[in-house]
Amino acid sequence: MPLTHVSNTPAAPTAADPSRAESREPVITLEHVVKRFGSYLAVQEAHFAIGRGEFFSMLGPSGCGKTTTLRMIAGFEQPTEGRIVLDGKDVSRVPPYRRNVNTVFQHYALFPHMSVADNVAFGPRSQKVGAEETSRRVDQLLTVVKLAQFADRKPGQLSGGQQQRVALARALANYPQALLLDEPLGALDLKLRQAMQIELKRIQREVGITFIYVTHDQEEALTMSDRIAVMNEGRVEQIGTPQEIYHSPASVFVANFIGVANLIPAVVEHANGTDATVVVAGSRRMAVPAGAWPPRPGAAATVMVRPERLRLTSQAPADGRGVPVTVEHAVFQGPVVRCTLRAADGTGIVAHVGPEQSLPALEPGLPLWIGWDLDAGRLLPPDTVGADAQPFVKADLRHTMGRASLPRL
Amino acid sequence: MRRFGRWLMDGVAILALGYLFLPIFVIVLYSFNKPAGKFNFVWKAFSLEAWRNPFAYEALYESMKLSLRVAALSTLVATVFGTFIALALTRYRFRGASAINLLLVLPLTTPEVVLGSSLLSLFLDLNARTGFSTIVIAHIMFSVSYVALTVRARIRGFDWTLEEAAMDLGAGPFRVFFKVTLPIIAPGIVAASMLAFALSLDDFIITLFNAGNRITYPLYVYGARRAAFPPQINVLATAILLASLLTLGATVLWQQRTLRQRGMSLAPRA
Ligand SMILES: Nc1ncnc2c1ncn2[C@@H]1O[C@H](COP(=O)(O)OP(=O)(O)OP(=O)(O)O)[C@@H](O)[C@H]1O
Ligand SMILES: [Mg+2]
Repeated sequence: MPLTHVSNTPAAPTAADPSRAESREPVITLEHVVKRFGSYLAVQEAHFAIGRGEFFSMLGPSGCGKTTTLRMIAGFEQPTEGRIVLDGKDVSRVPPYRRNVNTVFQHYALFPHMSVADNVAFGPRSQKVGAEETSRRVDQLLTVVKLAQFADRKPGQLSGGQQQRVALARALANYPQALLLDEPLGALDLKLRQAMQIELKRIQREVGITFIYVTHDQEEALTMSDRIAVMNEGRVEQIGTPQEIYHSPASVFVANFIGVANLIPAVVEHANGTDATVVVAGSRRMAVPAGAWPPRPGAAATVMVRPERLRLTSQAPADGRGVPVTVEHAVFQGPVVRCTLRAADGTGIVAHVGPEQSLPALEPGLPLWIGWDLDAGRLLPPDTVGADAQPFVKADLRHTMGRASLPRL
Repeated sequence: MRRFGRWLMDGVAILALGYLFLPIFVIVLYSFNKPAGKFNFVWKAFSLEAWRNPFAYEALYESMKLSLRVAALSTLVATVFGTFIALALTRYRFRGASAINLLLVLPLTTPEVVLGSSLLSLFLDLNARTGFSTIVIAHIMFSVSYVALTVRARIRGFDWTLEEAAMDLGAGPFRVFFKVTLPIIAPGIVAASMLAFALSLDDFIITLFNAGNRITYPLYVYGARRAAFPPQINVLATAILLASLLTLGATVLWQQRTLRQRGMSLAPRA
């Protein structure tokens, strides 16, 4: 079985294409990794491979086990079950100082009593790299992070963003097989964060090292990653490219966590291998691709449609594939109008209405029809937690929670 | 009215400081005295005689040497043990940690008479001859507590992820300790060892019980009260005072410098 598959969750099969990661040689492989703290299950059945040179993100809400997974790869924690393979060798019981992976800590953890250059040189010196080679690497990396002129300063005399870059140079100085980054931009303000995102991406391309990047900021993950693993309550729910994760989420959780999603409760009426017909809002028949989840007729399901993929019309669509809704309110947001709608059965819907859709003024109470192209809908297993909660409320709440990053104790 | 309040406060402060420093001043002053007889208790005339021959009294000189040796040895041992106890207590959760916490405070709160006499009875039970080694053991006993508590207070804010970072970069446990942990907590350790040194040099009661026939400086001074009290006692006391003031000043300067260098490194966590 290809390791890129998440094998344990039949309810949430991954939409990731297993052949893709195999095009890269795997550098780190987690095989059925489980981590328990006492009786608490922090990571369940993590089973995936990370390719050489890949920018791989682990994304998920607070407490979902991202840091724990990263610490197992770094060697600070040992898996309760399963193995971690680094470059073909089982390193599950190898201490951190004998693993060729390095970490960028959230609060940098720079050595306060050493100069910037000595901080960067610490890794090579610990590994008994010669003095000449060490100073060559220090020069090279301080140039890469654009801090060459600060080599003699103490970390305490640098700004937050500069300290961040020292931490990066220090972690790269051993030429690791992979760089582990635990919310490295968490302590920076928004402006600096965005600048550093670009900077990180540039450095990653320049040095060509695998980055494993932990974040709970979905935008950050989407903009930077080659692939993303979305985690929830210790489980990897889906692994895929940003496009796959966004367009074809494997579960209601993923759909909700990435971007804004309309989650419409539905009943499967009939399904063949490729398409399915579902009944939504009591009586309306809609077509969706059958997807990876094998639906059975009569089964409860959730249909996911992104707000920008909804078509709004004043009249019922000619093919009869539409759901009547009324406008609750509309907010002008520049490129789009964010329109909150409600179906007859009470389901809340958010649509992003672009200028190309000609509609009457979106006054509250206005009756409209929504529809979508066949490939815009996704059939998902039913939401186990409150499928009929208003999706936009959930999304907004998550957004604010994502900003308030809690310090790790 | 407010003026009067200030006056009063300044006055009280000066009186309090005088109360603290007058005895010390008298000791220093009388090291320059030329006493009439054997006892340097009454001011007679200014003289540098005692400063020219500070080691004129063999026994006094020997007692000072003994005190310094005891203090050096007990401080060294107590600093090593106390530092490791403090590290263990802050670093790890383990069974018995709270018991150790209690035991650490015990030597500080128990009357010295009790400590000294119970140690002596222990040594007698063990058939150990009291002397140099029993003095050192006794001093280590109470110094360890002071060192552990002082170091622990100073390393409360130590960022343990620094150790993880060092390990992550390929440093084994020894390199982590000597290159990262120790240099960062060194100021606390130095402060603690200075305290231990001073306490050892100064101790009278516990030493009296466990000294056997050895005579430390405090014991000599106490004994001298009866036979002869030469100004050399004041000279040596003043010399110790000067030495400790110099070390203290140097340490404070050094700590201020390291703090200034690191001051801002705490900023991203604040
Ligand atoms: N050493 C530990 N002992 C006990 N429980 C732990 C330990 N470390 C982590 N946990 C628990 O494991 C769970 C996952 O923690 P982890 O730090 O991996 O979360 P995270 O995804 O990194 O969250 P965040 O985004 O808040 O950093 C949490 O519920 C946490 O309380
Ligand atoms: Mg974390």
